[in-house]
Amino acid sequence: MKELEYPFDSEYILKKSKKIKRQLLESGTGFLPKKIAVLGGSTTHDIVRVLELFLLNYGIKPEFYESEYAQYWQDVMFDNPELVEFAPDLVYIHTSNRNITRYPGISDDSAQIEDMLEEQYGRFLSMWDKIADKYHCPVIQNNFEYPFYRVLGNQEAVLRQGRISFLNGMNEKFYQYAREHEGFYINDINYMAAAYGIDKWSDPFYWHMYKYAMCMQAIPEFAHNLANIIKAVFGKNRKSLVLDLDNTLWGGIVGDDGVENLEIGQETSLGQVYAEFQGYIKAQKDIGVMLNVDSKNEYENAVAGLGHPDGVLKPEDFILIKANWEPKSQNIAEIAEELNILPESLVFVDDNPAEREIVASQAPGVAVPAIGTPEQYIRILDHSGFFEVTSLSDDDRKRNEMYKANIERKQQQQSFGDYREYLLSLEMKGTIKPFEAIYMARIAQLTNKSNQFNLTTRRYTQGDIEKFALDGDYITRYGKLEDKFGDNGVVSVVIGRKGSMEDVDSYRKKEAVSAADGNGDVLHLELWLMSCRVLKREMESAMMDSVVQACQECGIRTIMGYYYPTAKNGMVREFYAGMGFTKVAEEPDKITVWRFDIPEEYAKKNTVIEIL
Amino acid sequence: MGRDEVFVRLNEVFQDVFDDDSIVVTDATTADDIEEWDSLEHINLLAAVEQEFGMKFNMGQVVSMKNVGEMADIILSQVG
Repeated sequence: MKELEYPFDSEYILKKSKKIKRQLLESGTGFLPKKIAVLGGSTTHDIVRVLELFLLNYGIKPEFYESEYAQYWQDVMFDNPELVEFAPDLVYIHTSNRNITRYPGISDDSAQIEDMLEEQYGRFLSMWDKIADKYHCPVIQNNFEYPFYRVLGNQEAVLRQGRISFLNGMNEKFYQYAREHEGFYINDINYMAAAYGIDKWSDPFYWHMYKYAMCMQAIPEFAHNLANIIKAVFGKNRKSLVLDLDNTLWGGIVGDDGVENLEIGQETSLGQVYAEFQGYIKAQKDIGVMLNVDSKNEYENAVAGLGHPDGVLKPEDFILIKANWEPKSQNIAEIAEELNILPESLVFVDDNPAEREIVASQAPGVAVPAIGTPEQYIRILDHSGFFEVTSLSDDDRKRNEMYKANIERKQQQQSFGDYREYLLSLEMKGTIKPFEAIYMARIAQLTNKSNQFNLTTRRYTQGDIEKFALDGDYITRYGKLEDKFGDNGVVSVVIGRKGSMEDVDSYRKKEAVSAADGNGDVLHLELWLMSCRVLKREMESAMMDSVVQACQECGIRTIMGYYYPTAKNGMVREFYAGMGFTKVAEEPDKITVWRFDIPEEYAKKNTVIEIL
Repeated sequence: MGRDEVFVRLNEVFQDVFDDDSIVVTDATTADDIEEWDSLEHINLLAAVEQEFGMKFNMGQVVSMKNVGEMADIILSQVG
């Protein structure tokens, strides 16, 4: 919704929140339901009210638990039954410098201050450990913002007795915990307060009147920033930038002005602005954002412009360069299709409001930020949080290369007459094994972001995944695929539960099935998903072979598959038929149930991937 | 700005904040008269009023304000 896209009108959001919520609920479908516990060290009422809007806008329908005023620590440590029963999918701890219970005095020495730091930090540490142990869900924790006054003036950060020095010490401990614990994320309110202006952010009026840790008007920006982390945790980040060229990546029009007259580089002020922006975009690529071009240009001119000696971005930084005279919305649709990603994964960046309007209306789902004037481009893209980083995996860093290799594969495919011959030429090597510790994060991430090739669309946290791996009632498999163009990483996940035929009734109604009864001669496939970047590579057959083998090893003769339809997973409606299953039931809500009896002599389906 | 105009604009703010077009505020209106007007919504309401009139209530005023009439008086005293 336009009203919730950065830069937004905070006053409008605060005033019209009820109306906005109504509109979001009316216009949206297929929300991802999530239970979010907000544990506050100050008032959280309006924070929750506005956070809900941003989450709905990201397709997440939150159900909230709000601790009583400032009971964040007690709720966790003493197992508030309401919180326990709520069973959160995510815990958010809203604390601020107002929750520091003791600061150093002017006469305290370094050792005393160090003890004090450990004591204050210890409170948080014990709470986080308790949450990890009890709830096994992601945690978002505020860091501390700087105080709005400085008794020691400019020495406040220098001398250890200063509050800024003390808060920096606390923050550094928080960051270290975050670096060492997966599924633990810092909400950087220190940065938010600085960007907003501490004097306004920490207006004491709101603390003393209502016990708000920040001023009312800052709540939308604050909630937006928090919603960005939450949506990233639940796999709703965007993935790719689609960039215009003329007056977006450089000043001037390459086709009219010629490459030598473009404004890019250190010669002019405007040239510097564009160079800085190109540097920002290049850094996005380095964290795994895929870059593409959608420009009204002759292809040769576009590539020549990107070859400008003072430019930071080069043609090889882009996966797809669509430079032609087709409508931009059409190019965008083609980019989504060729990369095999949804329009919801794309961000279109163009200086021209008319082009933005066309894409916004003709390519629904694509984010179309109003990026303002060149000197504002970076701030607006950056604060929008489209690509909020929660962790940096090797996959993220290599993503551009992987997708580029994919495009090369496709081009090569066209030169082969026989598809099998082509697959063999890829020299694919697969690794298919039970879940392993180093891949837990990636597996959880896949369950949260795979929509198309996903039979049941069940979402799991890393804690869930770790539990399945240890539970003898489950058969788990992850699949990794390499080929001569590169390593695709972990691309497929299957989770099966050993049970009995009687369980089918619950599965076809999508009901929870209680723990297995122990005998378990039927495998129920609770999850089967695959990344679309390895479609039609027989990876699914290789996964099937591995699942069948696992069943044979523990005496299971029957595998039951379930297809739960969503708006996005139509491509796998008949998937189990292709794997040799027989359809045994079709529910009124289009859920289908499939059965596969493992024959005495099971012939491996995969014949093109070498399994390591 | 006259008192009548203040009330016209206040009325719009109340309707927006409580998402209810049927609200009509008078001098004597208090939180008891509007179902959703609790202490938490009060914060949001004041922020919206401040924005509408480009002014700020100080703590003393917020604490002592008894009804919409007094709210209008404060607004008039600050924006004239």
